[in-house]
Amino acid sequence: MSQRYEIRFSGAGGQGLITAGIILAEAASIIEGKSAVQSQSYGPEARGGASKSEVIISDAPIDYPKATIVDACLAMTQEAADKYANGIKEGGLLLLDADYVQKTPVGNFKVYRLPIMRIAKVDVGREIVANVVALGAVVGMTGVVSREAAEEAVLRKVPEAFKELNKKAFNLGFEKGKELLN
Amino acid sequence: MAKKVALLQGNQACAAGAMYAGCTFFAGYPITPSTEVAEELSISLPTIGGKFIQMEDEIAAMAAVIGASLTGAKSITATSGPGVSLKQELIGYACIAEVPCVIINVMRGGPSTGMPTGPGQSDVMQAMWGTHGDHAAIALVPSSVQEIFTETVRAFNLAEKYRMPVQVLFDEIVGHMRERIVFPEPGELEIINRAAPTDPPETYKPYDATKGQVPPLASFGSGYKFHVTGLNKAADGFPTTKAEYVDAEERRQVNKVNDHAAAIESNEEYLTEDAEVLVWAYGSTARSARYAVNELRKEGIKAGLFRPITLWPFPAKRTAELAKQCKAIVVSEMNLGQMIHEVERAAKGNCTVVGEFRVDGEPINPGQIAAKVKEVM
Repeated sequence: MSQRYEIRFSGAGGQGLITAGIILAEAASIIEGKSAVQSQSYGPEARGGASKSEVIISDAPIDYPKATIVDACLAMTQEAADKYANGIKEGGLLLLDADYVQKTPVGNFKVYRLPIMRIAKVDVGREIVANVVALGAVVGMTGVVSREAAEEAVLRKVPEAFKELNKKAFNLGFEKGKELLN
Repeated sequence: MAKKVALLQGNQACAAGAMYAGCTFFAGYPITPSTEVAEELSISLPTIGGKFIQMEDEIAAMAAVIGASLTGAKSITATSGPGVSLKQELIGYACIAEVPCVIINVMRGGPSTGMPTGPGQSDVMQAMWGTHGDHAAIALVPSSVQEIFTETVRAFNLAEKYRMPVQVLFDEIVGHMRERIVFPEPGELEIINRAAPTDPPETYKPYDATKGQVPPLASFGSGYKFHVTGLNKAADGFPTTKAEYVDAEERRQVNKVNDHAAAIESNEEYLTEDAEVLVWAYGSTARSARYAVNELRKEGIKAGLFRPITLWPFPAKRTAELAKQCKAIVVSEMNLGQMIHEVERAAKGNCTVVGEFRVDGEPINPGQIAAKVKEVM
């Protein structure tokens, strides 16, 4: 891993992408003991609109807390893809929701598609865990934190009754993400 | 035992710092991007028997904070620029009546309602001169989640020690970002509590300068009765227009801070020893500046960073020394040029002082600062 690794989660407000960012930052900083900063930007709307959450992970202390050049970017909606799928580094990674993003952003990066919302709804059984499916896919594809650390961070975040659901969502996302690279 | 760690937002760390300092009272009115400070305190204060009140507006909240403090409670409010504007009259009241309190300002764009969800650093002059009349001010500007915790604790200490309102200002970026925080153990950070009066209630005078530059403040409800007013007053707290009292009181209230500026001052310097160009920045902008300084050093440019943590009183002495050492100072802030005026005043023409500003709701990025440094080299 290079010294500074930058990940951007983007989608519609209310999709839980800020939570996905927080979980990833917890996995890196609290469980793995690296430096991590999570930040977000959002509009005045409580739901809808495009929202993004950025996580910087490094072995060294992090000064500038926002993205400079993104290593991996997730876009769950077309609006988010249009607005936030930029500043991705050459050879970097862009993961799109296969059903909700039709127009693919153009750039010198690798584009992958995964029906994240559909996996959450059909395979896991609840659309609400799409953010955890997405997190699993990003961890599976980037290896920025270990699978164990990320899973533990997910489980720490959710109430007892939803642990199995989220575990399933994370692991399915992780496997599907890894498969995309083959 | 390993210390407790957590991934926290700056605003949450502020609330945790207040609790560590012994705060028992919050009054406020929610406003983005400060609301999480109130939200956290609404959860934690009741657990220790403290009071959390959501008031009808910002002005009433400031009045409640002053009232609570007069009973001896360490008191705090949290707001953003528009809220601080409304509180100004009562901040002046807390200055002249010498009532300790802490005001958190999580800065967004302005003026007026401005840009609620965007960051800004345009309230830094307001922290000094927002309320009218001659008065001292202390303002702290942390730039990390951990530092928000420690500076909130320090704000309470300074408020109690100097018997005055203290402001902590951080921008939306630091307020909302999450970082790891290591919680200090109880007793690890210094906690200053209010000095109790030595005089009995019958002879106690709340503004008796013979008791020192900061006369002890009795708590209402402890048997002491005294008059509190926003008017110029004599030692007993009752209004006066006698020139000798007014003059002496005004000077004491300003000098109680200015005479101790060195003790209140707190700065961080990074690679300044051999710096030829200095970046002068605070809050989240200082984080961008540090990144820029590292990049510039890789290119062989001798850049350094001066980061005030105490913004008011202004770090004039050290800024002046660095102005003599460096060819240029780049002042970078998320406003159209506020602290740059103080830097220019301190530099006294000994070096070039230029600004790198931004007010579009986006952070000042390292590239911008690096480009400005190269421009002045």
